[in-house]
Amino acid sequence: MNKVSLPDFNQTIPIDQIGVEERVARLNSRSIKKESKVQGLKLALSMIDLTTLEGKDSEGKVIQLCSKAKKPYAPMPDLPTVAAVCVYPNMVSTAKKALNGSNINVASVATAFPSGMAKLQVKLDDTKFAVEQGADEVDMVISRGEFLKGNFSFVFDEIAAVKEACGDAHLKVILETGELETYENVRKASDIAMHAGADFIKTSTGKVSPAATQPVTLVMLEAIRDFYRETGKMIGMKPAGGIRKAKQALQYLVLVKETLGADWLTPDYFRFGASSLANDLLMQIVKQETGVYQSSNYFSND
Amino acid sequence: MSETKEKTSADATNGSPKPTSPNADLKLDFASFWEYSSAPESSDFVEINEKYNHFINGEFVEPEKGRYMKSINPASEEILTEFAEGTSEDVDKAVQAARKAYNKTWSKLSGRERGKYLYRIARMIQERSRELAITETMDGGKPIRESRDVDVPLAAAHFFYYAGWADKLEYAFPGRKPEPLGVCGQIIPWNFPLLMLAWKIAPALATGNTVVLKPAETTPITALKFAEICSDAGLPDGVVNIVTGAGQTGSAIVNHQGVDKIAFTGSTEVGKIIQKSLAGTYKKYTLELGGKGPNIVFEDAPIDQTVEGIINAIFFNQGHVCCAGSRLLIQEGISERLIQKLKDRMETLIVGDPLDKNTDIGAINSKAQFEKINEYLEIGVNEGAEIYQSKCDLPENGYFCRPTIFTGVGQSNRIVREEIFGPVLTIQTFRTPDEAIEKANNTPYGLASGIWTDKGSKIFKVGQKVRSGVMWSNTYNKFDPTSPFGGYKESGIGREGGLHGLYPYVKLN
Repeated sequence: MNKVSLPDFNQTIPIDQIGVEERVARLNSRSIKKESKVQGLKLALSMIDLTTLEGKDSEGKVIQLCSKAKKPYAPMPDLPTVAAVCVYPNMVSTAKKALNGSNINVASVATAFPSGMAKLQVKLDDTKFAVEQGADEVDMVISRGEFLKGNFSFVFDEIAAVKEACGDAHLKVILETGELETYENVRKASDIAMHAGADFIKTSTGKVSPAATQPVTLVMLEAIRDFYRETGKMIGMKPAGGIRKAKQALQYLVLVKETLGADWLTPDYFRFGASSLANDLLMQIVKQETGVYQSSNYFSND
Repeated sequence: MSETKEKTSADATNGSPKPTSPNADLKLDFASFWEYSSAPESSDFVEINEKYNHFINGEFVEPEKGRYMKSINPASEEILTEFAEGTSEDVDKAVQAARKAYNKTWSKLSGRERGKYLYRIARMIQERSRELAITETMDGGKPIRESRDVDVPLAAAHFFYYAGWADKLEYAFPGRKPEPLGVCGQIIPWNFPLLMLAWKIAPALATGNTVVLKPAETTPITALKFAEICSDAGLPDGVVNIVTGAGQTGSAIVNHQGVDKIAFTGSTEVGKIIQKSLAGTYKKYTLELGGKGPNIVFEDAPIDQTVEGIINAIFFNQGHVCCAGSRLLIQEGISERLIQKLKDRMETLIVGDPLDKNTDIGAINSKAQFEKINEYLEIGVNEGAEIYQSKCDLPENGYFCRPTIFTGVGQSNRIVREEIFGPVLTIQTFRTPDEAIEKANNTPYGLASGIWTDKGSKIFKVGQKVRSGVMWSNTYNKFDPTSPFGGYKESGIGREGGLHGLYPYVKLN
């Protein structure tokens, strides 16, 4: 299908750090009020990958998270549900069962998440297990050590192999931008991931600081735009980690709107990897409806 | 999608002269979903008087001849206020007041005391910043985002900066004794009314001069609000005098015998007239005139940030910027990709109500300027250039112009040679650095320029050869009170801002 020749990943696409940050600052000055605010808040809610990725996760915890995913706020039954629930592979079947009958996807991290420090076969087995358990989406991590060493073909091949192991499941490729450090590295890793078959590119595992930032997201969105121009293929974007407030979420949506346009403003092409964001969005939505802020006690913590 | 691919590869084998972008027909849709609701800045609390008089000798006085002019809001074409039309009698009165203040009080104050007044004025500009920003936007048409984030804070910063110099002048000119000139006549343009006032008045007062200033006839209100600030700050009477009016009033200031120095910012055309009138007189002068800034993009430039820089260079303040990067010079290898990206970015520019916080491009300052820009659009098309305008909706009333780029232009075209002073960009390509430098310098102007490349040594190599007062590298339209600003060739004489900005206001003994 793809006649596009692979770029030479040894070439670096120059990115000006100050320019990126200034662009973000300017986009942050957009004033989102009234109907556009309500619409944006609901849109953001529908884009959440409600996430729990802890060593102490249990079936009970996952089931509770899934009920939150299905009905975020009982007093307002017409609200959109979140897009997906994101868990470790051994929790996939629990989540799948709990979400039965809804349109919510189950996403599973895989490939020796979060470090990715395992051999390829382990990563592929991890991926296949998640898919067999019923994962609709797989969130893999790239090998940052190999990337920083300059071993780009290793990173590329690994992503391509995981993509194959995914079968029909959507593949999100986590770049762990906090470990790549420079925007030029972020751009290069994005290009490698997209050319290797990613359906989504994702900023972070949430285990490394800094996690998602707006400038990093902008660089990745611009990579997606260039890839689209080159191949006609739309790739999704998922910032993850550190997005806690509704205002931040709206700022991210502005980034998407003014970089890629309306076609990407859907859960099919944009996700937030977050957990506490949902409640702040709900609180703001209720504030828009009723005119007053509710106590956080009125919103469930799962 | 696969069809597109086949089509382009077929084109390539047919020996098309240069590679075409594979998916130029892929559209990004910026409009159909999630429109921003209007977010207008409230202007309710801003008081604009029905009528303004001259500010002479510390009070507002009626014009001798009793004539008034009107200032309109270019976004709605509604009349905002009436202001006095200055005649030579009014100017004479103002110059006398300034002379008296110079002799009796201002030149006798210590630098430290002068600095105190300037600091006070700077703080009062900050205190009234919201009011000043809204007024600037209503009177001039510039988006509130810019008047709020650029014009007013920078105006305050200029006063703070020169307040700092007031008691340190002997260190500015080591071994020399700086003395003030006397009365300064200052004439400012309509593109940055309050900011240009600050550029003029702050260094003049810091060095011990008194001033007679004339704001532009389409944007007098913030200058008159500044007069209120001078009054509230307790500035001695006559140190700052504001006389409003049009060209004739300006001419009366330039030709007045009692003026020791003229500072003018405006068109090259008027600058030449002023220079002729001043020839053979003892008056010192600085002129900050027009420009046709080259913005040079090399193929190793950070392309997405460059697009942003191009937007800032030409569409900032509707392109009413003397240092605007109005001539884009792109190295051939990346021109097609860059222009595609530029067109995409132009579609996201919001043109409309200047008071809306989301507006990127406001109203053209006046009907005359609006007509001039439209005339140039016509000239460009008639010259055979290819015009591209963003598809945004424009408000029904007011003077609005879509962001415009012209491709397929040559160095000989009028739209490349003449200053348009609007949101209109011409795009040319070049092959080598020498060609870029030659095209950049092939103009009577030399105010500002830009260079975009990832390579630091190239910035310095090209920067040394482009004859312009300012060269921005990997950015554009950045201003700071500490940085001198001014032109080569027909873009002007003298520097404003920074240490250099003190020279035109002192005699050195």
